[in-house]
Amino acid sequence: MSWEAVIGIEVHVELATRSKMFCGCAVSFGEDPNTNTCPTCLGLPGALPVPNRAAIESILAIGLALECRVSPQSVFHRKNYFYADLPKNYQISQFDIPVCVDGHLDIELDGETSRIGIERAHMEEDTGKSTHVGDGGRIHSARATRLDFNRSGVPLVEIVSRPDLRSAAQARVYAQELTSVVAELGVSDARLEEGSIRFDANVSIRPDGDTDLGTKVEIKNMNSFRSLERAVEYEMARQVDLVETGGEVVQETRHWEEESAVTHSMRTKEGSSDYRYFTEPDLVPMVMDDQWVATIRSTIPELPAQRRARLVASGLESEAAAVLSASSPQLRQIYEDTVGAGAPPRAAANWVVGDLTAAARRSEPEVIRITGNDLAELISLVDSGRVSTSAAKEVLEGVLGGEGSASQVAEERDLIQITDVSQLIAVVDDIIEVNPKAVSDYRSGETKIVGFLVGQVMKATMGKADPKAVNDLVRERLED
Amino acid sequence: MRRSVVDAGARLRSGDVTAVGLLDEALTQASLTESQIHAFLTIDHDGARESAERADADLDRGEDHGPLHGIPFALKDNMVTRGLETTAASQILSGYRPPYDATVVTRLRAAGAVIVGKTNLDEFAMGSSTENSAYGSSYNPWDITRVPGGSSGGSAASVSVGSALAALGSDTGGSIRQPASLCGVVGMKPTYGTVSRYGLIAFASSLDQIGPITTIVEDSAIVLTAIWGHDPLDATSYPGELPDPGARLHAGVDGLRVGVVKELSGDGYESEVEASVSEMVQRLSEAGAEIIEVSLPSFEYALSAYYLIAPAEASANLARFDGVRYGLRVEGETTEEMMAATRGQGFGPEPTRRILLGTYALSAGYYDAFYGQAQRVRSAIQEDFGRAYEQVEVLVSPTSPTVAFPAGARTADPLAMYLSDICTIPSNLSGHPAVSVPIGLDGGRLPIGFQVMAPALGETTMYQVAAEVERLGGFDESPVLEAVAS
Repeated sequence: MSWEAVIGIEVHVELATRSKMFCGCAVSFGEDPNTNTCPTCLGLPGALPVPNRAAIESILAIGLALECRVSPQSVFHRKNYFYADLPKNYQISQFDIPVCVDGHLDIELDGETSRIGIERAHMEEDTGKSTHVGDGGRIHSARATRLDFNRSGVPLVEIVSRPDLRSAAQARVYAQELTSVVAELGVSDARLEEGSIRFDANVSIRPDGDTDLGTKVEIKNMNSFRSLERAVEYEMARQVDLVETGGEVVQETRHWEEESAVTHSMRTKEGSSDYRYFTEPDLVPMVMDDQWVATIRSTIPELPAQRRARLVASGLESEAAAVLSASSPQLRQIYEDTVGAGAPPRAAANWVVGDLTAAARRSEPEVIRITGNDLAELISLVDSGRVSTSAAKEVLEGVLGGEGSASQVAEERDLIQITDVSQLIAVVDDIIEVNPKAVSDYRSGETKIVGFLVGQVMKATMGKADPKAVNDLVRERLED
Repeated sequence: MRRSVVDAGARLRSGDVTAVGLLDEALTQASLTESQIHAFLTIDHDGARESAERADADLDRGEDHGPLHGIPFALKDNMVTRGLETTAASQILSGYRPPYDATVVTRLRAAGAVIVGKTNLDEFAMGSSTENSAYGSSYNPWDITRVPGGSSGGSAASVSVGSALAALGSDTGGSIRQPASLCGVVGMKPTYGTVSRYGLIAFASSLDQIGPITTIVEDSAIVLTAIWGHDPLDATSYPGELPDPGARLHAGVDGLRVGVVKELSGDGYESEVEASVSEMVQRLSEAGAEIIEVSLPSFEYALSAYYLIAPAEASANLARFDGVRYGLRVEGETTEEMMAATRGQGFGPEPTRRILLGTYALSAGYYDAFYGQAQRVRSAIQEDFGRAYEQVEVLVSPTSPTVAFPAGARTADPLAMYLSDICTIPSNLSGHPAVSVPIGLDGGRLPIGFQVMAPALGETTMYQVAAEVERLGGFDESPVLEAVAS
């Protein structure tokens, strides 16, 4: 029997707002433990939450970018469970009326586009961080637990996909695409390695052609796109194996172990956990004013998928469009300015994706000094044959080094090719004249001799002639 | 003549007494009565003296912070005070010193009030007799074998004996009004959202409201004016304009329509209480008010709805007391065991009962039948109130079906205890203001309270009627603690 995987992904995005979700403490990482805390995010008796408007604007931006509907009124709920790093022992989250519902994200894999449904995007607060001390940091054998509440109350957006993904590769691409959307919106650092964006996957299998959903397993702890793909791959195989050998998939949460590349069971859920959700009485419903939503909609930038489509339409190969689209905002701006200054998109893209990206990688900080006009000028120097392709790299180096515009650098560094045909003809004729043997060799069929003559012309022009033009001229004269 | 904020302010400004002198009078009363009534959990001798000295110095410099300047004040011990132990009368917060002041505390300090100490309450404000305190019961100054009511029993008792000239209580189902009634003082619950809850240790967030306990109606309006108003730290705080609550204290009731709530009488109501309330209604009529009997049929379900909504919210509000960050910690092998042991030992029987009730009411499969249904009743009560206020300006009733009951009389029977709040709970479910005014003593010299309820933000009319009730009742007595007098 062949099997189909059904995968849904839950994403937690830590917002990069200045202050926390429900208090004025700074959102800031890497500081001494428990320095960015106050009565509210420590859950002290009597403290109350006040929602952060900027966080709501961020989730609205995410929701609108994912083509979601915005709930006209949205309600916070308390999600009740006991955990040492959850200071109130309930998390302020959302239940039946999330801020955003029913959106989608288009992903592309192997030239095929799939529309992945977004069930909801809701707002919640992060927990503190537990560090288990002693005996390898494992909770069951730890001697003590250290708690840092700097992260407690940091705004989180949870984005839940529909179970529309069918392969591990699709799951990876979905995660990558969503990350790029969030990064583009500028609402989060969106760095997997720092945990500012986190992915959990719900995986089930079913016989090919079935429409019922199988028992799902939630897998956690994937901290790179690659580990997400591997974990889903592993989990699918594990489930198929299990079922084919007469076993049964149980609903549970499994932990991905990066080193051994397996998932192992964390806890078995008997039905769904009872979080005893109820409306958060310390907060009033959020009313999403149409004007406000419209203002946020108007600030949404061009999204990666839209940009790729535009670049392809302008004539770029889809791979170049993808690479360029994923480049830094500065490089993308240089590209746009270069094309705006009249350069052909392909040439501009080649320079930006190639030499400029390499230059940016070398520089510290990653800022490179070249305007779109400079790059467009350089491209036109190459296209008109006044600067050779190899000399152009030198010109670029000069421009980046602040030596002046492309043509100034080419002049200063003496890299302008001889493009005046009459001048070149004179040189070619001189060379042919002093090499009569070469001429006779050519005429008796030894056409390879052309290379020798071209070399002589290049030498005579000190490399400033366009070799292709010289080649053509030499042949022309020899044929005469 | 009973002590009042207004009189003390006049004496202070005429130079008859200093703020330190007022404090000394209050502390003297406390020293004479505390052994019998146990109104306070903490008396802040040093802090109070410092505040009083500062109040005197400010006044000497011509800096007058207003009517509460130099006034000895008591706070129910579920309002956090920076550096001053705050326990909510629970073992689980034993020794807890908050790092911040509640908004009401900040406002009282800014108004020049002198905070004498923290008063006793039913643990986490859960109770109607101040017997559910982990630190021992309080007793009624009118009869120390009886309860002072609750949960703000300590605040009501302290004002009743003059250990403070005014106090703050919190009212979730009647916890200001009922003890005020049983102790013969004025207790008022404001419109929900008008007084900040920031720094009030939450019992049931959608019902809790802080309000004043004073000897006279005018003082009540003065304290309310000082503590209410929008607070950006409380998201449920009302952001709009507030009326002047004391604007019509002398306007009388001529032409006002006063509704008598039919459902708040009959079985379970003491005859002397009913007679006294009826007599007051008669007098209001004679004073020009139009008396209309109104029926609010949903009141029948108010108590049941309250005992689902309040415990449900409490079950989450009290989850934070886990031994991890502050308060009591009972060690265990694992974090979970530590939490369970701390909570098991730290909470008394009543919070435990309500946490269990609330957890159950919110559980999957029961949510709709319990919590959901209770919310529907709450809406029905709000609708009934809405209809009633189309006919009348205020509603009146007894504050409590009975006068102060003997200590221990209801401790073994939670349902009997819960009935103590039958008259007060509807205003919490609707979020409306209500006040209890003492109108006399029964045959056993125990105070009887008269409740005036008004629609949201109707404090001015509510106090207008309350002030007339006070005048008509002519109640001007203080309890006499025999053992102390000798």
